[in-house]
Order: sequence, then structure tokens, then C-alpha cells
Amino acid sequence: MDPFESIKATFFQECDELLTDMESGLLAMEAGDDDSETINAVFRAVHSVKGGAGAFGLDELIRFAHIFETVLDEMRSDRLHLTDEVAKVLLRASDVLADHVAAARSGGSVDEGRTLGMIADLQGLIDQERAAELGLDGDGSDDGADEDFGFVPIVLSLDEPAADAPEVDVAALMAAATAPAGAPPQATTAAPAWLVTFRPKAEMYAKANETGLVLRELARLGDVEVVVDTAAVPPLDQLSAEQAYLSWTIRLRGEATESDVREVFEFVEDDCELIICRDGEPEAASAETPTVDDPESDAPASAVEAAAAAPLDLEALLARVQGEPAPEAAPPPAAMPQPVPEPAQAAPKADPANMDVAGLIALAEQASLDHVQAAAPPAKTEPKPDPKADARAERTAAAAGATAATPTIRVDLDRVDRLINAVGELVIQQAMLSQRVFESGLARSSDVALGLEDLELLTREIQDSVMAIRAQPVKSVFQRMPRLVREVADMVGKKVRLVMDGENTEVDKTVIERLSDPITHMLRNAIDHGLETPEEREAGGKAIEGTVRLAALHRGGRIVIEVQDDGRGINRPRVRGIAVAKGLIAEDAVLSDDEIDNLIFLPGFSTADVVSDISGRGVGMDVVKRSIQALGGRISITSEPSKGSKFSMSLPLTLAVLDGMVVSAAEQTLVAPLSNIVESLTPRAEDVHLVGGRDAVIRIRDTFVPLIDVGMALGFRDEPLPPASGVAVLVESEGGGKAALLVEAIQGQRQVVIKSLEANYQHIHGVAAATILGDGRVALILDVDALVTTSRRKAPRIEKRMAV
Amino acid sequence: MNKTVLTIDDSRTMREMLNMALVQAGYRVIQAVDGVEGLEVLRAEGADVVITDINMPRMDGFGVIEGVRADPAHRATPILVLTTESDATKKERARAAGATGWIVKPFNPTKLVDAIRRVAA
Repeated sequence: MDPFESIKATFFQECDELLTDMESGLLAMEAGDDDSETINAVFRAVHSVKGGAGAFGLDELIRFAHIFETVLDEMRSDRLHLTDEVAKVLLRASDVLADHVAAARSGGSVDEGRTLGMIADLQGLIDQERAAELGLDGDGSDDGADEDFGFVPIVLSLDEPAADAPEVDVAALMAAATAPAGAPPQATTAAPAWLVTFRPKAEMYAKANETGLVLRELARLGDVEVVVDTAAVPPLDQLSAEQAYLSWTIRLRGEATESDVREVFEFVEDDCELIICRDGEPEAASAETPTVDDPESDAPASAVEAAAAAPLDLEALLARVQGEPAPEAAPPPAAMPQPVPEPAQAAPKADPANMDVAGLIALAEQASLDHVQAAAPPAKTEPKPDPKADARAERTAAAAGATAATPTIRVDLDRVDRLINAVGELVIQQAMLSQRVFESGLARSSDVALGLEDLELLTREIQDSVMAIRAQPVKSVFQRMPRLVREVADMVGKKVRLVMDGENTEVDKTVIERLSDPITHMLRNAIDHGLETPEEREAGGKAIEGTVRLAALHRGGRIVIEVQDDGRGINRPRVRGIAVAKGLIAEDAVLSDDEIDNLIFLPGFSTADVVSDISGRGVGMDVVKRSIQALGGRISITSEPSKGSKFSMSLPLTLAVLDGMVVSAAEQTLVAPLSNIVESLTPRAEDVHLVGGRDAVIRIRDTFVPLIDVGMALGFRDEPLPPASGVAVLVESEGGGKAALLVEAIQGQRQVVIKSLEANYQHIHGVAAATILGDGRVALILDVDALVTTSRRKAPRIEKRMAV
Repeated sequence: MNKTVLTIDDSRTMREMLNMALVQAGYRVIQAVDGVEGLEVLRAEGADVVITDINMPRMDGFGVIEGVRADPAHRATPILVLTTESDATKKERARAAGATGWIVKPFNPTKLVDAIRRVAA
């Protein structure tokens, strides 16, 4: 990638971070935080976006960011105060800014109407007079902002020869400078010439500007003749190290325009007397001749005419200026003693006019040497060879760490996965070893057994630590939600405050990636269905603004995500009515409130006419439930009429390890994911019926579900197991379908490391993956979904509830 | 002998921009992400020129200028501030604090190198 593109990529990456920071700052402000550092941080974020956008000529983005920034600047300077209303406008502006960034990134366009509306809202925060002052009045978007701003896209030409590098010119300058030495400025050629009178003030040197460099730049514009005027230099005992005594007259020949010349003096213009005129014009000699005798004065005594006194060789001049005076060269008798060498304004001798050039050079060299010895740290004048690149990288990394509070490293995900795999093997190997040692008859108290116990603890610890590497805070998902909430709320015309808790709760990266959709659905649902309209809330005596709480917490080795609203709660009669109408429950079914609430997760419950207003997505809660189950998770709802509802979903912390129920079927050891299991029971012969002479169903309480003989379904044996001699495990598939798995025995619950079967063998229907047990045997992990679906296909409608 | 330029800016984009242009022009570049770190790095590694942004967390560009000027070893180190066209007041404040010159954002590499040459040998 060319460097420009790569920086552009960096810019957009940085924008993401800035937008995130900005949003959390704005949310804090919305919550009433009017700390100046918070406001500053938001301002800086917008400012940085604008700055980068300027570099890439992203005009639309610049324009919007500028207005946004201006409003924030008003807040910084206390001209605009934080109110709830202001915070809300700013939050929406941050959304629009994010849209602009996205558009700039993809080369797409933004919603012009929305932008203009937003601009108007931002302008509305500032009173009109002030807006006019800031150039934000009128439509505020076009000329005003552009003029005020003057941003031009940068043209980064990398072909530009680096030959302009600093050192080159010095030599050229030297060459040019030797010729005219000794002669006062004179119009000797026909070429147009500029006559520049340059009289620095002490302030100029205090800002680290140097005459020598300015003159060198000037020399780049054409041929120069330089004459230094030392007339103002006082006798040695009156010399002040802080003062500026010298002035210069330069004749410049060449094609340079006045603005070229002025540009050279851009940085020093306000700290010097500067006259630029065409050579031969009257001002040249006489216009500016303030003769002040007091050497301590700001305008050092000098006169251009006095230039004739001592023409100096430019080379000597340069050498001296660069070297800066040493303590000896600028003796302190008159002025206060200076502990450090001063910038280059003091003249070396009381009477330089009589000094020859060679002497001056020698003096300058001496001064330079002394200066280096006296003050300059070696690192400054003498950059070390260059193992620096590494040091720099380290330093930058350390710095990044410091700002983020904890040092981090970036590691390729593949490497982490390899490590996790290896640790998985280690866990298995360790379990096998323990079992073998135990089987070999060694006493529990033997050294070997005790050592193994320690090994086991250590292995667990390693496993936990390795899993923690992949763990990340849910923040990355949570932080996208405020915007979603604002948008959905706007869309349905409700007022919503989102409260988030536990953003730092950690969970495996793969789980995080898949949390986004379910959370999005639950939030949409909460705002759209859960919360009442402002009018309804007012009538019900509630705060007009509804609250939705999104929280994450760890509970029992799982992560729990809760979405709670303070809305109307589930309308149970309506839900029940819908369920009956859709044939999901019998008309006379006796259901607890809890059971009714959970009907909304049934497939087929949420159909278009029910969810049409869920932001037009038409996605029901059954879809949410399915995607959560796919992650080995569970979801449930609790609700209280007119108080609100709470959705809780719990997920495993990782997808690399599975909580399983180890069962045996046809002498094989199998694992059923615990998240699918509802209950287990010993079937009674009278509860099992054959449908169509072959497919068994089992009656569990008042429901019939398919009874799947796992040994036969997986082809381990041909003869069915007599139901009464086995155990039935009632499972629920992701799709919500239920079935009972008939196995011979349940061995127990265990955490197993998931091994892909496809990666090592091939896909087998009904088997999701494999694992290795403590005794070294491979156990297949059942694909409950596939088993249930197959049985249901074979025996349609079998689950249908029978009239009691 | 390459000159060392210390760039202080909280924006990674801007730091990379400066880095690219300066390295291209033959300078050695060291970076810092805010004023506090900038002064630390300057003390530790030294630099021939300091380029600093104004708006930064922890310590802004004015703080950098004051800190550099207060350090006897760097009283005479040139400081260029990054500013925008509309920031005339900030430019003045920076000058008053002792800034040597300024670079108007967005800059192009030639202008950037010109500005450095005007303040550093």
C-alpha cells in the first residue's frame, strides 16, 4: 500500500477510536458531567477528525466537523452551557459525524437533509449574534465556513527530491557569500534587486529564531549581498547578553517576489524591524533611522548608514551565529551573570569594526566550541548512530501503554488459538495420566499421585489463563448500542435513556462477536414493545423518558446479559390470545405467568403482524432465542405488568470448552451439550407409544415428544433399546423443537474441550464435534439440533399437543 | 548527520503524516502523544526541532512551549506549532510563549520542510 493510503487507513482507524471516545464523553455529559476535561476531550476528538479530514481534503467531513467543533469550543469557553437539550443535540451530531466519516471512508454520500437539519440544530445552540461572529449564520455551510477555514487538500508529492535537504544550501550560500565580501551594497547589475533591512529584537532570539538561518533562506531566493551593522554594539562593559545589537542589510537579486521575501521572514516579522523595498527606492537609505543611544532599549541603537562601517564576510557571520556566543565571548560584567549561554545576539567584541574577518571566524569557532562544551547535551548536537529506531518503537509502545493505563501487545489470533488447542491437549493428557496412575493401583498418598494433583491444579490454572487471553470486555459491543437506541427511539417517537452496566465484563472473543445481534434485537424490542409512548407514560404517572438498562455480569461461570425496560410489561392476555390463535397452545392450557411470558420465544409466535412495528425488521424473539442457543446460551424473560420486562440471556464464556452431559449408548460414550438439556427421566413402558408402527413417542407429563434411540440414530446398533431399560434425556433444539434422547446411562456432567470432527475426519450427521475423555477415548458430541430435526421430519406434527 | 525532529501530537494520523514527510526529507523523527510525554522524550533523547500540536490531553502545546523554554538545555531549541488558519489567537499565544514558528494544517511536505529549515540549521 502506498504510504498515503496507509496513513488514510490509519486516519479512519483513528476516527473510529475518536468517535468512540467522543460518544462516551458525550454520554457522560448527558448524564450531567460538565467537567472541563470531559468537554475538552470531546472537543479534541472532533478537532482531530477535522484535522485529519483536512489533510485528505474530505470537504464534507471538514465542514460538518468544523461547525460541530465550533459549538464545542463555545462550551469550552463557557459561552454555552451544558443542558440536557444541548447534550442530546451533541449526541445526535456525533451520529451525523460518524455518518460523514463512514461516507468518506466508503466514498459514499451522506443524508444531505439530515446533515443540514443537524447543522441548523447546532447553530440553534448558539445565539444569533455570536453565530454571526463565528461565521456560522445563514446556511452556515458554504462560503462562510470555507473562508473562515481556508483548508486546502494537501498534495503529498513523494517524488519531491529530498535534495532540498538542509546541508546542501550552506555550501552554496558560502560560495555565494564569499564574492561580495568587503563591498557595501551597490547596484552592480541590471537584475531587479530587493533591499532588505533586518533589525532583530531581543524577543526574536528568545524564541530561538536565528538570523543566520533566515539569511540562508533568503539566499535561496537569489544572489545575496549581506552587510552587518555593528554600530549599535556597546562597549564591553555595557554589553547585555540578553540584548540584540546587530542589524543587517541584504541586497537580493533574482526573480523573487515581495511575498517570497516576506515569507522568509514570516516567523520573525513581529520581532524585528523589517524593511523590504526595491533597490534604489528612496526608503532604502533613509526611511528607518531611529538612532537610540541607550543600548538597553528594545530598539537597539543603529543606523543603516552605519553599515558602511564594517562589511563582514557572510561566512564568518554564519559561523558565529550558528555557534552562538560562549560565556567568554559575551562577558557578563555589566549585565547579571547568566548561568547558561544565551542565544546568539551578543556581539563578540566591543569594537568589531576594526576586526578582520579571519579573527572573527576564529572567535566564532572558539565560541562554538565553548558553547558545545558548556551546555549542549551530546544527544542534541550529535544524534547517536541509530539503534534508535528500536528504542523509538519501544518508547512509542510504552507510551501508548501508559495512556491506556495497561500495557498491551497485539498477537495474531491464530497463535492464541494454537496455544488454546495445545492447552486443551494438555488438559486431556493430564486427565489421562491421572486416571492411569490411579488405575495402576498407586496409593493416593504416593509421591506420584501427589505430584499429579499439583500438576492438575497447574493445568487448570494454565487453561484458565489461556482462555483469559481471548477474553475481551463486552464494551466493544455495548458501545455501539447508545446510537442504536437513539435511532430506534427517534423512529418510534419515544424518549429513552439507556443505562449500561458491566461494560468491562469479559467474555471470549468469538462470543462477543455474536452478541451484537441478539442485544440489538432485545433493545429494539424493549424500546418498541416494552416502552410506552410519552403520552401513555405521562398518563400512567411515569417519567416521560423511559429507561432501558443493558447490563453484563458473570454468574456461575457464564456471562449474563440483561436488557430491562421500565415499560408496560408483557400483555399476557394478548400473548396468550396470539398463541392460541396460532395453534401454539391449547385454548384451555393452564400456564403460569412465567410460561405465558416465555411464549414469545416460540417459533411462529412473532409473525409479521405482531412485529411489524419492531422497526420493520420482522424478526421475532424466536430468532433471538435460536441465535443465543447456537452459542450454547439460554434466554428467558420476566415481566411485571406496567412495571416493565427483563430479558436475561446467559452464555458460556468460551466456545472452546463445553459443559456436557456424558452418556453411554450402545457401549459408546457420547456427550450431550448441557445447554440443550431440559431434564432427564426414566421412561415407563406405558408412556412410550409407537406411531406408524415404528417411530416412538414418549409422553412427558401432558406432552408427547419423539423418543430418539441414540444408538440406532447414529448407527451403532440395529436393535432398539427397550425404553424402560434406559434413560430418556429431554432436549430442546435451537429451533425450539423438543425430543427425548434414549440412552443407556448417564455418566455425569463434565467440561469437555471441543475438537472439530470435520478438521480431523469428516462431518457426520448427528455429531457436532468430538472430545477426548480422561481415559483417552474419543467421545462424540451430539448435534442435538440435527437429531431433533431429523426425527421431526420423519414424524411430523408428532409433538402436537393432544387434547387431554 | 540527520537532524532530529520531535513531533508531539495526540492524533496518530497527524504523527504519521509528519513522520512520512520528515523522513522523506531526510530527518530523523521521534514522536510523543501528548505534552507531558513530549517533554519527557525531549529531556531523554533531545531533538533539534520540536513540532507540537496545540490541543492535546494532559498537557497542551502552550505547556510544551513553556516547558521547553524553561529547560536550560532547550531554551534555544526551535519550536514549531501546528495550527489551523482559523487559529490566529492560538498562534499569537504560542508566539508569546516562545514558539519559534508555526505550520498551518493541512501542510504540504515542501512547506513543512521550508518551515523547519527556517528555524534549524
